[in-house]
Amino acid sequence: MKQDIILAGVGGQGILSIAYVIDNAALKQGLSFKQAEVHGMAQRGGAVQSHLRLSNDPIFSDLIPKGGADMILSVEPLESIRYFDYLAPDGIVVTSSSPFVNIPNYPELDEVLSKVQSVSKNIIVDSAKLAQEAGFARAQNMVILGAASAHLILQEENLKKFIRELFQARGDKVVDINIRAFDLGRDSAAG
Amino acid sequence: MEHEILLGGEAVALGAIHAGLSGGYSYPGTPASEIMEYLIRASDGGKNYVASWSVNEKVAFEEALGVSYAGKRALVSMKHVGLNVAADPFMNAAITGANGGLVVVVADDPGMHSSQNEQDSRFYAQFGQIFCFEPSNHQEAYDMTREAFDVSENMGLPVMIRMVTRLAHSRSRVQPSPPKAQNPIRYGESKDWTLLPVNARRRFKLLTEKQKELVQASDASEFNSLRFNTKNTKLGIIASGVAYNYVLENFQEGTEPPSLLKVTTYPLPEGLFAELVDHVETILVVEEGYPFIERNLNGMFGLCETKVHGKLSGHLPITGELSPEVVRQGLGIEPLEQKDISDFPMAGRPPQLCQGCGHRDAYDALNKALESYPQSNVFSDIGCYTLGALPPYNAIQSCVCMGASVSMAKGGAEAGVYPAVAVIGDSTFAHSGITPLLDAAAVNTNMTVMIFDNAIVAMTGGQPTYTSGEKLIRIIEGLGVSKDHIHTIIPLPKNLETNVRVIKEELEYKGLSVIIAARECVQHARKKRGS
Repeated sequence: MKQDIILAGVGGQGILSIAYVIDNAALKQGLSFKQAEVHGMAQRGGAVQSHLRLSNDPIFSDLIPKGGADMILSVEPLESIRYFDYLAPDGIVVTSSSPFVNIPNYPELDEVLSKVQSVSKNIIVDSAKLAQEAGFARAQNMVILGAASAHLILQEENLKKFIRELFQARGDKVVDINIRAFDLGRDSAAG
Repeated sequence: MEHEILLGGEAVALGAIHAGLSGGYSYPGTPASEIMEYLIRASDGGKNYVASWSVNEKVAFEEALGVSYAGKRALVSMKHVGLNVAADPFMNAAITGANGGLVVVVADDPGMHSSQNEQDSRFYAQFGQIFCFEPSNHQEAYDMTREAFDVSENMGLPVMIRMVTRLAHSRSRVQPSPPKAQNPIRYGESKDWTLLPVNARRRFKLLTEKQKELVQASDASEFNSLRFNTKNTKLGIIASGVAYNYVLENFQEGTEPPSLLKVTTYPLPEGLFAELVDHVETILVVEEGYPFIERNLNGMFGLCETKVHGKLSGHLPITGELSPEVVRQGLGIEPLEQKDISDFPMAGRPPQLCQGCGHRDAYDALNKALESYPQSNVFSDIGCYTLGALPPYNAIQSCVCMGASVSMAKGGAEAGVYPAVAVIGDSTFAHSGITPLLDAAAVNTNMTVMIFDNAIVAMTGGQPTYTSGEKLIRIIEGLGVSKDHIHTIIPLPKNLETNVRVIKEELEYKGLSVIIAARECVQHARKKRGS
């Protein structure tokens, strides 16, 4: 059993929080994992990605080979396309329909979404709306994680355990909002 | 002990703590910053050991050397270009030798994710003639750091650990082992540590005589491995550090790799090399960074019969970072099928200054002030404000190395550049900007220095700065800059006109002036508010 995931988004969207939850859930399930991320310059409103590899067997490369990713999990639709060359032929894309526009040449949203839909396995959820509904606009990352959850080799209860752990310091209310965001994402993907 | 999830850099830090670390020193720099951040977090406010940010890498190195002199274990960490700054103590510490274990962790940045070059620190280890470890994974980063302290004390030499971005910034599981106690204080031999020529000659001879011992240790290291494929005498592979992972990545699913030598220690394990060379016709060298092993291999054997493939031969790219697919190509294996997105109008999303960042307003003011001076030149430096090179600001014309803005502006001014402007951050100023400003003040150079004081080392994630606010002003005065030409402006949109006027007045002044644009980093302010 193995799963190679490209996590993507724009700096500030909480990509590394998703990674934290998945890493810890993997450790809890006794899986090996490696998670390569980018620090420094790329944080500032730029494209951010992380290579996340889960497996029962030893993992060698910290990077996923191009053409080898089982999933692209992106909090932003254009950012999911940026890494299409990493996606395996039968890989799945999970992303948002909400663009993050901080560049002058952002392509037409319709064109972006239809490109995502050109991948036979794709899940697109309105993470901005669902995060609002959960109670916090910045919880989009947990919406997307929820939307992907049914396709992860990790159990939902383990993911939730570490969502709780991640946000515990900020109080029960923040924890509840993020759990709700996860649930809304999961349900929206299933529906 | 329980597994821990650690970044590669953090695995080094934990290894050092468990090896009985007494003092850790560093200057922030990607991809090395996380080592010291971990050490500081785990030090319980300095009760367990000393862990602190130093003003620059040279100072950090010397502080660590002082700990080693006292017989205790010390670690100094930095990014690759930081070792250029610390090169003076680095080279000489190899001659004095280490007393307590002294480990130098250098994080290289192949592919220049966040650096101005991709220099390969293995050359420094060779230049200094010291032992070097190059871990390939997190567990090795932890284990090798522990071992590096022992090796350092056994050999009486500093030991280097060469990290690369890909390992430093990757997270994985590490199995720690029981910690060791710190060394008691035990002074070194002062004759060894006083590099008068008479002592230095003796020590340098000793260092060269130890080289054989270093090669033997490299050959015997349990971290290296040579696995023969007896059926294949055509190709053998030498892979070092993380490059080893990329090789194995391409030999899964039941395929058998050729004979494979994993190298994680330097000087090169010559005995293992010789064994492999005897067995195969062609050797492919896969290494992250410069063709260090490849060049040595060619030189070592002259290799009349064995062919060496690698970066010099063009089988692998000589610049940039390796990856599974790049190595796959070098191995001559068909690439995996990849989606083609060339028909899609993909847009880049480069890093940019944060919304609300004071640097934006400082550049707006500077650009406006310079509008009427088409011959102006803005020399800049290393930090977030280097992003001023990009649109919409296009505000700077140089960025070379820490502190170079001030010295280059002085040189430029002396060559006739007018207005010559330097833009530097508060921490970079402390690191290497003070000494060139002292130079400029001594001759009252006709230039304007702008110090963007955001009260933090922002680019690397918010480490403390030692020259901000009032203290910064007192330092500038102390260097001999006239009080009349030291100004503080607050870079905010509402102050634009005032700020432009202040800058213009100082551009017109025929002498040295310093303008401090003081506003706290917005990221730091947000963190303090806890949002």
